[in-house]
Amino acid sequence: MENNRRSFLKFAGISAVGLSSLSLLDVFGTGKAVASTGQSAEGIYKNEDNALTAQRWGMVVDTRKLTEEICSDMEKACHQIHNVPEFEEKRHEIKWIWETEYKHAFPEKQDEFLTERLKELPIPVFCNHCANPPCVQACPTQATFQRKDGIVLMDFHRCIGCRFCMAACPYGSRSFNFRDPRPAIKDENPKFPTRMKGVVEKCNFCAERLAVGQAPACVEASEGALIFGDLANPDSEVRALLKENYAIRRKQNLGSNPSVYYLV
Amino acid sequence: MNDKPKIIIGLAIFLAVFTFPFWYNHGAASTAPKPELTEKAKAAKKCILEKEQMRTEHMQLLNDWRNTVVRDGQHVYEIDGKEYVASLTNTCLECHSNKAEFCDKCHLYTSAEPYCWTCHTIPKEKK
Amino acid sequence: MLEKALKGNKAYWIWVFSLLGIIAVGFTFYLKQLDFGLGITGMNRDVTWGFYIAQFTFLVGVAASAVMLVIPYYLHHYKAFGKITIMGEFLAIASVIMCILFIIADLGQPMRLLNVILYPTPNSMLFWDMIVLSGYLVINLVVGWNVLDAERNSVPPANWLKPLIYLSVPWAISIHTVTAYLYCGLPGRGFWLTAVLAPRFLASAFAAGPAFLILLCFIVRKVTNFDPGREQIQTLAKVVVYGSCANMFFFLCEVFVAMYSQIPEHMDHLQYLFFGLHGHGKLVPWMWTAMALIVTGIILLLIPAARQNEKVLAVACVFTFIGIWIDKGMGMVAGGFVPNPLHEVNEYFPTFPEVMIAIAVYATGFLILTFLYKVFVGVKEELNA
Repeated sequence: MENNRRSFLKFAGISAVGLSSLSLLDVFGTGKAVASTGQSAEGIYKNEDNALTAQRWGMVVDTRKLTEEICSDMEKACHQIHNVPEFEEKRHEIKWIWETEYKHAFPEKQDEFLTERLKELPIPVFCNHCANPPCVQACPTQATFQRKDGIVLMDFHRCIGCRFCMAACPYGSRSFNFRDPRPAIKDENPKFPTRMKGVVEKCNFCAERLAVGQAPACVEASEGALIFGDLANPDSEVRALLKENYAIRRKQNLGSNPSVYYLV
Repeated sequence: MNDKPKIIIGLAIFLAVFTFPFWYNHGAASTAPKPELTEKAKAAKKCILEKEQMRTEHMQLLNDWRNTVVRDGQHVYEIDGKEYVASLTNTCLECHSNKAEFCDKCHLYTSAEPYCWTCHTIPKEKK
Repeated sequence: MLEKALKGNKAYWIWVFSLLGIIAVGFTFYLKQLDFGLGITGMNRDVTWGFYIAQFTFLVGVAASAVMLVIPYYLHHYKAFGKITIMGEFLAIASVIMCILFIIADLGQPMRLLNVILYPTPNSMLFWDMIVLSGYLVINLVVGWNVLDAERNSVPPANWLKPLIYLSVPWAISIHTVTAYLYCGLPGRGFWLTAVLAPRFLASAFAAGPAFLILLCFIVRKVTNFDPGREQIQTLAKVVVYGSCANMFFFLCEVFVAMYSQIPEHMDHLQYLFFGLHGHGKLVPWMWTAMALIVTGIILLLIPAARQNEKVLAVACVFTFIGIWIDKGMGMVAGGFVPNPLHEVNEYFPTFPEVMIAIAVYATGFLILTFLYKVFVGVKEELNA
């Protein structure tokens, strides 16, 4: 009796494991089958003809040209285009680009006798699109990843909302959807998706605009204070600026290698 | 084996509960709805793939699109010499602007609950 | 053996159903969280991990501490622990399950949990955490259950269990090491960026875990006919005090490095936790309470006369457990996020629904522990009869 039950349970257990691993194989199998036999695979994907491309996108922020007004315009432009919600509760706040003070943007570069101009100056901060991004290293699902052109992006479909990337980011550039963002979006841009609750989001260097040949929204609104270009191309405008001027980066001592430079 | 009656009663209850959805819905089956086409969609004659294929494979195609757009940054899908911008809101729903009749009916019937719309905008929904 | 959990006196069933009641209440709050999002918690843009992850971190330690029974018994043949090693392993099972539940409670999109397996990412420490935690759960289930079964049949445990038992030793160390690596590999978080974090986690675990086990022994002795034994409890008490002293030593190393070097990124977090920063100090009373409890616990356990008095021992264990729970849970997690990377202070404190959900997870753990211990004690009583 005991033996019968035991062997039955063993058999049942092994069968269950076997069956479930079969179904797992099935999942992988169909995944591949669809890609290879479905007609969708016969189509080809390509860039738009006027898409902007680079080897490593980067930004130069010319603080000499910045004003409060420009900063606020950039923030508005970005947040409107990307459907960034505005919550009354600070706890649920979401921001892609925002203005802060020098001492917050560069907490490791505290100077007792800092030049007066910098003390007062508004500094726009956003994702640094690091060449060696700690957030990408931390993400357990590759929901945040680095594209070939250096842009660090979010795949909102895949994010499980563990917020490991937010702990990993040394710049506080990431926000989490603590609740459904839709009711808090005032002027929805139908061309860009909103997000759902429970996923992380951040600046995407306007990847969706680059794809159709447009410069990032903040660059357009910056009146020349933000210059966008290919850091890998020695003839690009950003490289020319960096050759001529002394620039600093946020916490470059951490080795994350940010792609955003600030001219001071 | 003195527990025979108990086991049988237990099994009967289990079976009743397990098959509840079947007999609860018995006779209530409705016919499968047909997706309705807008004038624009009718005029186009052919969707991205053949009709039958679209019907059975649109989810795979959309999945392909979203992965390629988001992860590879390639926004244009070319098939049979025609180019489409790979976008649910801006391409699919541009033509099939009647989401309620075209998408929701079947999804409801088959109990498919795609969460596309929690993020992607439905054009007509905008006032 | 499982049927032993289905036979109990009135008190047993009252306890079981009270736990089920608590789980039900907490679950309604979890449904609310699923519906609204994690916005019902006190977490915010700056403090993105809170009470849930704090409990997770702490409980991984409790789970790992089973090794403090396995090593003496299986490696040093300290026979006395043979009586209670399974209690440690069963505690580990309940703890790991609570850990997993806390992770799930903390996810923004829990339905997508399996993405971690679907897109395996070895460079993420969370991926490894999943592997070591589930592995540890399986090891302890298999070992604990089979050893108990053998004991019930009065035969020695099967030979194939031996390698598994030996494996469980480094595996236990690994679960808490990987948990520490979640924190200490992040470049911008000065508070966590220390190589001593994993050793400190283990030390505090080897204090808090056995302290809890001693309390469990007292409870088991009181409510059942099985006595875990005075010698066993006294040996565990020595483990607790070694662990707690090592924990304090590592902590003081941290304090020295941060405060003597005076590097702001490392110092500011300690400043925030113990004295407050820029006028914000919600955790200050908690941290001092934690320190007072841990130190008092050490003093009580160090004095032989006090330690050998079981009433005092119970108090010392409660102190040690709660002290480490505060310090390692809330202090460790929230303290690392304040100040934020832009050196701004945004504080965190858990909300009511958040605490209710956490209590429900604890209730689930206690329910599992109750069933497992009922089986364990049932076998022991059967053998004694």
